[in-house]
Amino acid sequence: MSMVEKKGASVWLTHIGLILGIAVMCFPIWFAFVASTVTQQDIIRPPLPLMPGPHLIENYKRALLEGVNAPVWKMLVNSTIMALGITIGKISISIISAYAIVYFRFPFRMVFFWLIFLTLMLPVEVRIVPTYEIAAGLGLLNSHAGLIFPLIASATATFLFRQLFMTIPDELVEAARIDGAGPMRFFRDILLPLSRTNIAALFVILFIYGWNQYLWPLLVTTDPEMNTIVMGIKQMFPSGDDWADWPVIMATAILAMLPPAAVVLFMQRLFIKGLVESEK
Amino acid sequence: MADVSLHAVRKSYGKTEVIHGVDIDIADGEMIVIVGPSGCGKSTLLRMVAGLESITAGKISIGNRVVNDLEPRERDIAMVFQNYALYPHMSVRQNLAYGLKIAKMDKAEIDRRVDKAATLLQIGEYLNRKPRQLSGGQRQRVAMGRAIVREPSVFLFDEPLSNLDAKLRVQMRMEIKALQRELGVTALYVTHDQVEAMTMADRMIVMNAGIAEQIGAPLEVYNNPQTKFVGGFIGSPPMNFLPKAAQNGPASATEIGVRPEHLRFCAPGTGLFDGTLKFQEALGAEMLLHLQDTTGRTIIMRVETREAPELGTETVGVTADPADIVFFDANGKRA
Repeated sequence: MSMVEKKGASVWLTHIGLILGIAVMCFPIWFAFVASTVTQQDIIRPPLPLMPGPHLIENYKRALLEGVNAPVWKMLVNSTIMALGITIGKISISIISAYAIVYFRFPFRMVFFWLIFLTLMLPVEVRIVPTYEIAAGLGLLNSHAGLIFPLIASATATFLFRQLFMTIPDELVEAARIDGAGPMRFFRDILLPLSRTNIAALFVILFIYGWNQYLWPLLVTTDPEMNTIVMGIKQMFPSGDDWADWPVIMATAILAMLPPAAVVLFMQRLFIKGLVESEK
Repeated sequence: MADVSLHAVRKSYGKTEVIHGVDIDIADGEMIVIVGPSGCGKSTLLRMVAGLESITAGKISIGNRVVNDLEPRERDIAMVFQNYALYPHMSVRQNLAYGLKIAKMDKAEIDRRVDKAATLLQIGEYLNRKPRQLSGGQRQRVAMGRAIVREPSVFLFDEPLSNLDAKLRVQMRMEIKALQRELGVTALYVTHDQVEAMTMADRMIVMNAGIAEQIGAPLEVYNNPQTKFVGGFIGSPPMNFLPKAAQNGPASATEIGVRPEHLRFCAPGTGLFDGTLKFQEALGAEMLLHLQDTTGRTIIMRVETREAPELGTETVGVTADPADIVFFDANGKRA
């Protein structure tokens, strides 16, 4: 009896601890949400409101359609294009390079592998000046291509796919050869389906990486219409003593959070399903 | 269905030669088992026939067509792998149909062949399952099915039963043999298990260190081993080897070989060997007696359990009929 009681108490305690932790983590988000549903006056006059106000639809409509420098829907579109472009580009390029490195014998194969691997040590921030120079030279400033291409190569993803392909038994490759599958056929019919889980996991990670890009979009887009939402929030802050439209800024912040959250929620299911189903 | 012929086939990796020239003509519908210890080159030889390994020198032809430079799919062969190599993400039906789909075969014909193979192998009820939902024996059947649906000229088996438990292995080897007979397809079967080789082969190739030591029907190989290696490798327990006594056999012979079941007791000092019982293994119907002489040399004698004598520490003599004794020279070849 005492065992059960003790166990019951510890379950309660851990849950209370977890709920408190979640409350602490979520409070800033809740506060941002509250701030996006009230008026500017409610925010600047203490005390700060803790319950949502009646201006939700009005504030979000204003943010989406007017914004501060540019309408937020445009920034959302830019961010979506950039994040999807980076994600899809990175996955396609890295899976193809890993395929080449693992399955084909060509001169300097290992040299290329190590070159790709070396780029892990050169993140965007380190090579940002020459990258900007090249992007400017190619006329990629203020374009979606300029937002995507410099960030599209991924050593990490290439390495992940390489490790995955190396675990696929040679006999499976040989069975496919005997069945008459050529290189492209093998890639499409065998490797791609077997990589599904990895692709789903990478999609989540890379989409969030792409969505949260800040420094590069800040450099490469000067036209407010080309801003991405994450850097756009910063651009909404006034310089000096100017007046900040906090309800609209907070609405934008909430809007910026929704797509990555949706991707995590939706892909997580696919990810777990893939984990359960796959077996090599 | 086709003849297969290997002519002076060699394989080198860099400067290391691993297959030192193998010749064999395989008749249409024949089942050839390649047997040997691990590392003897038997799998390499099979993979050269399959087209998964290049041929360094020599010629391999299938159905009078030299296949040296053909891709595996152009050789009209099908292969069953040791770990089955089923496509894990495809259902059994898709696994069977994959090769035919690539060959752009008519959908109705694919279905007909898959259903026929499924009936033959009794895997009809698993057609919609994934490989991981099947037991080892069922996976083995699917792997067989994938070979059958192609209706190839030659089946290649690379130790297909090694991953099964002992009971299933005995059952499957009979089934494979029966199936191969029924379909009448030429087959090359690689194994390290000499019982599998003996029971399944029409003819067997005993390989050792990249050389085909002997090619022949199982009983011919068993009764008449051409080298000491073959005598020692085929048969369990292996052939007993003893120094040749001065009085009998060809002059060049240095050693004699006798099968354990050909030994019988005689008065000490009058036979081939005198020894005392070290230990005995009762296998049920028969018993293995391990006898050791004063120099530490051991021989194994196979007797029927009900005829086995109660041996104590006394010295016994053993002998054999001259017809059952084979002679080997100093190089391990028949003298």
